[in-house]
Amino acid sequence: MIKIKTTDRYNITALRSFMTNILSLVAGLVAISIIFLIAGVNPIFAISEIFTGSFGSFYGLKETITKAIPLILIGTGLTLAFRAKFWNIGAEGQLLMGAIFATWTGLTFGQSLPSYIIVPMMFTAGFTGGALWGIIPAILKIKYSINEVISTLMLNYICAEILTMLIVGPWKGKTRFGFPGTDNLPDQAILGLIPGSRIHYATLILAIICAIVLCVVVYKTRFGYEARVVGENPDAGKYAGIDFLKTSLILMTISGGLAGFAGVGEIAGIHKYLGYPAAISSGYGFTAIIVAWLAKLNPLYAIVSGIFFAGILVGGDAVQISLGLPAATVDIVNGTLLIFLIMGDYFLKHKITIQFSKK
Amino acid sequence: MKGISKSFHGIFANQNINLKIESGEILGLLGENGAGKTTLMNILYGLYQPDEGQIKVNDTPVRINNPVESINHGIGMVHQHFMLIQNHLVIENIALGYKDTPFFFPKNKIRQKVEAFSEKFGFQIDPDKKVWQLSAGEQQRIEIIKALLNGADLLILDEPTSVLTPREIKELISILRQMKAEGHMIIFISHKLDEIMEICDRVVVLQKGKIVGGTDTKNTDKKSLARMMIGRDVVFNINREILEKGKQILSVDRLNVVGDKGLLAVKNISFDLYQNEIFGIAGVSGNGQRELAEAITGIRPVFSGKVKINKKDITNKSPRHIYDMGVSHVPEERIRFGIAPGLFLYDNAILKQHHLKKFSKRYFLKYSRVKNHAKTIVKDFKVATHSINTQTGNLSGGNIQKLILGREISEKPQLLVASHPTYGLDVGATEFLRQHLLELRKQGSTVLLFSEDLEEIFELCDRVAVIFDGEFMAVLDSDDERLCDIGLMMAGSKRI
Repeated sequence: MIKIKTTDRYNITALRSFMTNILSLVAGLVAISIIFLIAGVNPIFAISEIFTGSFGSFYGLKETITKAIPLILIGTGLTLAFRAKFWNIGAEGQLLMGAIFATWTGLTFGQSLPSYIIVPMMFTAGFTGGALWGIIPAILKIKYSINEVISTLMLNYICAEILTMLIVGPWKGKTRFGFPGTDNLPDQAILGLIPGSRIHYATLILAIICAIVLCVVVYKTRFGYEARVVGENPDAGKYAGIDFLKTSLILMTISGGLAGFAGVGEIAGIHKYLGYPAAISSGYGFTAIIVAWLAKLNPLYAIVSGIFFAGILVGGDAVQISLGLPAATVDIVNGTLLIFLIMGDYFLKHKITIQFSKK
Repeated sequence: MKGISKSFHGIFANQNINLKIESGEILGLLGENGAGKTTLMNILYGLYQPDEGQIKVNDTPVRINNPVESINHGIGMVHQHFMLIQNHLVIENIALGYKDTPFFFPKNKIRQKVEAFSEKFGFQIDPDKKVWQLSAGEQQRIEIIKALLNGADLLILDEPTSVLTPREIKELISILRQMKAEGHMIIFISHKLDEIMEICDRVVVLQKGKIVGGTDTKNTDKKSLARMMIGRDVVFNINREILEKGKQILSVDRLNVVGDKGLLAVKNISFDLYQNEIFGIAGVSGNGQRELAEAITGIRPVFSGKVKINKKDITNKSPRHIYDMGVSHVPEERIRFGIAPGLFLYDNAILKQHHLKKFSKRYFLKYSRVKNHAKTIVKDFKVATHSINTQTGNLSGGNIQKLILGREISEKPQLLVASHPTYGLDVGATEFLRQHLLELRKQGSTVLLFSEDLEEIFELCDRVAVIFDGEFMAVLDSDDERLCDIGLMMAGSKRI
């Protein structure tokens, strides 16, 4: 008879934690291989293609970093919100609202102002836009007990529709020949790129600074403490005299604002004009949810997990082209890896012994 | 049960335990918080697997892998926290766990069964009410019916009286006696000596996971049981020094507070508290105590009336503002309000105090000070934990309570509002806590003590108020002879 026993594990070393994650990823890749086999593709070739596509070539690496920028920004913001159990599923909308605000600022003031004034102005505007879109569900939740999952999710669609309305209507550019989209931003309002790539380095630096600052905020400050208490036990938060409205407003300002930053980066660094919502963000707001979870809600780790998932996005594009796999391949890879990482977490926290005995 | 051992993170919760129970017997399982009573019973009920040892039912060795198998072996358990679905009807709850629930129209059959049981044991229970409308005692009866309907010969009751009012306890005892007469076996887990002496035939004492003694209740007395339980003598009578009243600290003036159900829960209550005084509010729980405590500490809004601390109005001020005026609060539902279970012990050691200058500077927390503070509380209040870096949710209920008490008392508050502070604590911790309350009193603080435990009220309090249905039935000095009628006052049939 085989007896399986699980006991809780208490002393978790950093090495064990790291190895568990690596093993989970390997196990996840094995599972993905099976899917590829079913699809009739050589799995070893497909997987190596994903990773060489994203990390293996100089071009791929540049693209990976480019896509990591919004993921890191949004992901770090989400770690804070999720820690307070504020389920912000609306980063996509907050990103778009940031993009709208930044575009307006850039188009309105860009011509007459130098770069070092207009760029910070656009970032400020983008942060404000994302934050405003973020605090709406916070107010709805605290004042009227409206579930934030629903409200943040729905606000995504509202924002996307507002954006579409603007670009087909009042903001439609004269240079677009009747196609939807605003005019290009003036040159002063465009972010500098690392030569030979699409990496808008100002946003990248901003993302890393935000991750470090947020890490300090979560673990060392009173606000971070209050957010964690509220997330763990709202009743205890009330008893401890924590102001829920204030806490939620601050954290959604930060979470939404960082998504807004990501929107500015995409507009001013990559697209240079406001186009259709799906063109501005390829689901960064949703992918960042997985980024935040993989980072174990630690803002610093979100840098690593952001780059990792950006790699999968880029590598997914690569296999799409070279192997003719459907676009959903990336989502399958993402989802499978996430499931295996979560399962690995269980094995990290529990010790499993298998005993063989006769009888 | 033979040679049962179980360990959690390397610490034995149960070590080599042998336990036997015969039909028609009520066995008491006595022990301090964390002595391993609940663990042992969870093993018997199949919620945990023992590391070693064997369980035999009717002399046949069995392996109980889950509660369903345990029910099939005739073992039923009533947990300390009821496992009922609040929004469903009584009969729906019973049907849920019942083996023979018919697929179609289950209610009729179950209703008959419930009525038959009610009659047999003299219950009064309305099968068509929703569970949330029932009192704790009635909910417990549903759990008992559920277990019996499933054919339980052995019924495990985990601290059944901790949620009951004194009258409900009496009713429970008579139900248990009747079950015993029918040949059922009962394991009664408790740390209240009086109940064990009253109900049980035999008692087994657990201490740190081991059995340290077992005897028939008629051959023993409370004092020796208590000694067995904590391994030393307990002072049951605390000497309260005579102290002069100091200046007025709290004044409550014609206070009205609305309860959860939208009705007035506190009606026109007025009283004053002074330095060097412990003021007890006695009463059956649910008569407005919680609402009164919450209104004073700012968690619940005041409908009308005034609350003043040191002559300053604090009516409807924020909980933090009131805390900063020197009011500490040990809430009634401690696990619910008092801690954030996923945070570290040291995080929870400063809950409510984290904004004080001691622990924070502008926007930042001073974690080295916080950790030192946590260590002091753990040491002074004997919180059993292997480190202050554990998640607070891993501690046992009694230890969480010690942590909260330590946190609230260590700040030397001017006013401590303590709701049932010793509820759920073992004898040793209770004694220790009472000494602390008296120490606070001596240092010039005042304590507002809500308690159902009359012994505690009389031991500690200078003055006693009896609350019934949101009103004070009497406010008397604790040595006033008229307090011999306190039972009548608590039941609302006498007012002075």
